[in-house]
Amino acid sequence: MAGAAVLGRLVWLLAEVVELVPETPRVTSLVLDVPGWAGHRPGQHVDVRLTAEDGYQAQRSYSIATPADGERLVLTVEELDDGEVSPFLTEELRPGDRFELRGPIGGHFVWDGSAGGPLHLVAGGSGVVPLMAMLRHRAEAGLDVPTTLLYSSRTLEQVIYREELDALAGADPALRVVHTLTRAQPDGWDGYARRIDGEMLAEVFGEGGEANVFVCGPTRFVEVAADGLVALGYDPSRVRTERFGPSGR
Amino acid sequence: MAFITRGFRGRGDADESGRVPPGQYRTEEFPVLSAGPTPHTPLEHWSFAISEGGEELARWSWDELLALPRETVTVDIHCVTKWSKLDTTWEGVSVDTLLDGVETEAAYVTAWSDGGYTTNLPLEDVTGGKAWVAFGYDGEPLDPEHGGPARLLVPHLYFWKSAKWVRGLRLMDEDEPGFWEALGYHLYGDPWREQRYWGD
Repeated sequence: MAGAAVLGRLVWLLAEVVELVPETPRVTSLVLDVPGWAGHRPGQHVDVRLTAEDGYQAQRSYSIATPADGERLVLTVEELDDGEVSPFLTEELRPGDRFELRGPIGGHFVWDGSAGGPLHLVAGGSGVVPLMAMLRHRAEAGLDVPTTLLYSSRTLEQVIYREELDALAGADPALRVVHTLTRAQPDGWDGYARRIDGEMLAEVFGEGGEANVFVCGPTRFVEVAADGLVALGYDPSRVRTERFGPSGR
Repeated sequence: MAFITRGFRGRGDADESGRVPPGQYRTEEFPVLSAGPTPHTPLEHWSFAISEGGEELARWSWDELLALPRETVTVDIHCVTKWSKLDTTWEGVSVDTLLDGVETEAAYVTAWSDGGYTTNLPLEDVTGGKAWVAFGYDGEPLDPEHGGPARLLVPHLYFWKSAKWVRGLRLMDEDEPGFWEALGYHLYGDPWREQRYWGD
């Protein structure tokens, strides 16, 4: 099962905002300098803690979008309509601002290339963030593991990291990126235009094999993707999931 | 000391019930977290077992479990991913009922589940009316994504201790880290002491 875990005590560190990168109308990447950051593995996340002047605190978890790079860390944050922390991070923060975080957290939803077999990634919306850390690690390390990303977004404008994904796939015959746009498609779109389903999973990934599978997205999305892949013969113990958002009840 | 972040004020609707532990926020939703696919074990193949040292001490089929005395409890639950949900209503069988008649010197239990999940707890935290094997939520059968057909319910600890798809309890002499506990999460997990990770 999983490898190296969190070692020792996770202390709160002070992150300084270096740059804010708009990814889509609702999604912003926070480029951070975090003195004391001890490194992480692709797929892990951090806890962010914000404190107001009156002492009020709020904590949330965010996936790390980049592989280990010294004390530099990138979080990609989607602004939630009724959110308390995400609108602050995406709208209020400015370069030079500081806030607390600690991590890395999570030792199961990680891929660093050490596990054998192809890599199958399934992303719904901002669920692509931890998977992007894996893809960026794969590219930086020059790994040629056969890799497929199936990425579901509502519209083309809401595809996070679109240009970078295009560039990565264009430069690497072992990497395939397949989009599906569930709500609206641009003129001439010849890709998938529906929510993921068993048929789409079969076409994109084929019958089950020795692949390491990572699925991240909203609950319903993850249920459909994980159930569909198990039905195709993928070993449930090699299908790793991460979910966010309400269950609808 | 906590660092004050410029401009952060919060929503101004901080919970004042005294029932939301530090670092948590209150939600009316019921989010789902699990590390892998949702298992779908047919009820005719389902059973719940108490074992110790590789020896099975008791076992119930699905129908036998449902025939045991049931309790309905309304409790607050707290997930380590920061959400808390108040006044959730569950139906299930008390672990006290399942352990009734079991002689043991064990001090800990490992709950194990379909799909390979495990979690460790002190025995005294699942006895004395503190834990249930729950199969009903809010008056309905427990949904598979929330751990159905049955999950452990230990509401006074972070909710990863309330193992979904639970199939048995192993009585243990030593405290052996379970799935998340081996990956950096706290061995005990008291939300009121904010025991999220190792060293907390």
